[in-house]
Amino acid sequence: MSGTFTKAMARNIFYGGTVFFFLLLVALTVDTTTNLHKSDNSANLTPQVVAGKHIWETRNCIGCHTLLGEGAYFAPELGNVYPRRGPEFIKAWIQSQPTGAPGRRQMPQFHLTDQELDDLVAFLKYTSEINAQKWPPNIEG
Amino acid sequence: MKYTSQSVALPYFIAAIGLFVGQIVFGLAMGLQYVVGDFLFPEIPFNVARMVHTNLLIVWLLFGFMGAAYYLIPEETETELYSPKLALLMFWIFLIAGAATILGYLFVDYNTLAEMTGNNILATMGREFLEQPLLTKIGIVIVALAFLFNISMTMLKGRKTVISIVMLLGLWGLAIFFLFSFYNPGNLVKDKFYWWWVVHLWVEGVWELIMAAMLAFVLIKVTGVDREVIEKWLYVIITLALVTGLIGTGHHYFWIGTPGYWQWWGSIFSALEPIPFFAMTVFAFNMVNRRRREHPNKAAVLWALGTGVMAFLGAGVWGFLHTLAPVNFYTHGSQITAAHGHMAFYGAYVLVVLTIISYAMPLLRGRAANSQRAQVVEMWSFWLMTISMVFITLFLTAAGILQVWLQRVSDTPMPFMQVQDQISLFYWMRLWAGVVFAVGLVTYVASFFVKGESKPLITP
Ligand code: HEM
Ligand code: HEM
Ligand SMILES: [Fe+2]
Repeated sequence: MSGTFTKAMARNIFYGGTVFFFLLLVALTVDTTTNLHKSDNSANLTPQVVAGKHIWETRNCIGCHTLLGEGAYFAPELGNVYPRRGPEFIKAWIQSQPTGAPGRRQMPQFHLTDQELDDLVAFLKYTSEINAQKWPPNIEG
Repeated sequence: MKYTSQSVALPYFIAAIGLFVGQIVFGLAMGLQYVVGDFLFPEIPFNVARMVHTNLLIVWLLFGFMGAAYYLIPEETETELYSPKLALLMFWIFLIAGAATILGYLFVDYNTLAEMTGNNILATMGREFLEQPLLTKIGIVIVALAFLFNISMTMLKGRKTVISIVMLLGLWGLAIFFLFSFYNPGNLVKDKFYWWWVVHLWVEGVWELIMAAMLAFVLIKVTGVDREVIEKWLYVIITLALVTGLIGTGHHYFWIGTPGYWQWWGSIFSALEPIPFFAMTVFAFNMVNRRRREHPNKAAVLWALGTGVMAFLGAGVWGFLHTLAPVNFYTHGSQITAAHGHMAFYGAYVLVVLTIISYAMPLLRGRAANSQRAQVVEMWSFWLMTISMVFITLFLTAAGILQVWLQRVSDTPMPFMQVQDQISLFYWMRLWAGVVFAVGLVTYVASFFVKGESKPLITP
């Protein structure tokens, strides 16, 4: 780097650039927040859905599965499991774990009550109705 | 070592290496669970092993960053650390809290752990990388504040170099963005949106400042290149990092229920994110080529150059591979993501911490450099770990391409689990590469115990 480009200039560009782009991020965040209701399915964000999210978190489902493509890659995507499998299948599946099939990846038994299962399914239904810009590409997730 | 208080870095570095070993043990366990699904089940289900693996990674890197700060801040500011006692106290608090959390994951049912630790008061758990109980999260904040207080006070009374300012900015940013981990709204989209303010703004934002400062410090020491030159580079690199990385956050806002315009913002800015990593590569090689002295610690130079190359490959190249929205539509949340996550974390943050350890450890042990033999062993460990990480990445990328093809692109998409069976060969190969990585890590640890005539410390 040549002599005309001084350290003071580099420093000023750093602070100026950082402040500018941070403020731009904040501005985009404000815009996203104001428009989020159009895509985040919050119209259907019932207390039951919130309860279901709590079950999802306290059983650490994200430690094996993805949800809208984020999480672990050990087990299937669950953002669209509601349309893929339907509510009854999901509940029966959770209740029947682990399969115990030798050598197969195993899912733990969580001993959820009927109420908790319904909450969880409500959460998965709500998640599947979020407008995720047509992701995933197909029903297999 | 010029200031006696720099020696508090030593326990931090030792803890970092110890936890690194733990991380890899659980990585191998998961690598086996990928192909032998019921391995260790139900004692250690995959999700538990994964929490241990990723949280140990984060915690040991934090130990590394803190140790680095305690080592380099006194030397840069030319004054003793404000309070070495506070630094040691925080070391023990952090270590004990960290160990208790890991043991909690392993021996207490996660739901019970959540109930025991106040998750019903403020629910923050059960989100990827942020699985720590509320108490642990609060502990992290306390340790971080005490640490920042200590470092900031040191700097206030000493010389303010660019390296120390950038290091401090990065560390403050790390602590501030961690606060978003306490925000967990019921609205899943908002939850995910701000989750990335911790994860992305860490690794593609403030951590890059920490990394660049650590690299610059070691490069000044081992090359003797003029500080003015190095500091100018440092500013340019971190400018590029934040200018691209802040809006680059948008590459995570494509498919999570956020407005469609993020596909443009995210794609364009994150496509530029490789530039600061490339600048770091050029920086490292340039400085070493222009070196004014032959530093006896050859291993440290190797780690520093390795950081430049591998960070660019892992973050820059593998990041770019899947960062454009039309590509990410297919690769999102696949083994390609895992491939990139591994090489980026290894190339950038693992290697930069090992670089500073390699440089500082001999000095902390009272010598300018380790013996020739010890350095050769250390360099072997560099090559073993680095080459096996390249193979881990390649195998996961191959698995990812097949996965995307069979499950998402094909006209007759296959279900997830069926696809996993189809690609298990690549998971086996990843596991073997992982075993070589573990051999490399054992070699690394062994290098600290190799005897031989070391270079005596001559303080300049
Ligand atoms: C013996 C070597 C290793 C093996 C076998 C291994 C294996 C694994 C496995 C199976 C996962 C879970 C993937 C999933 O969710 O399905 C994982 C996640 C992860 N590992 Fe490793 N690992 C190893 C070394 C490392 C190293 C050295 C690092 C850090 C540089 C690392 C960083 C990570 C990260 C960041 C994740 C989360 C990835 C993501 O969310 O995309 N691992 N690892
Ligand atoms: C050292 C810096 C970096 C590290 C440590 C890192 C690490 C990671 C990790 C662990 C993930 C997975 C997160 C999850 O579990 O959901 C991820 C995702 C991602 N990274 Fe990076 N990354 C770095 C830099 C970059 C850069 C420079 C780019 C772009 C050029 C990039 C592009 C991406 C993208 C697009 C994803 C999302 C993948 C998906 O949709 O599944 N990363 N990164
Ligand atoms: Fe990112």
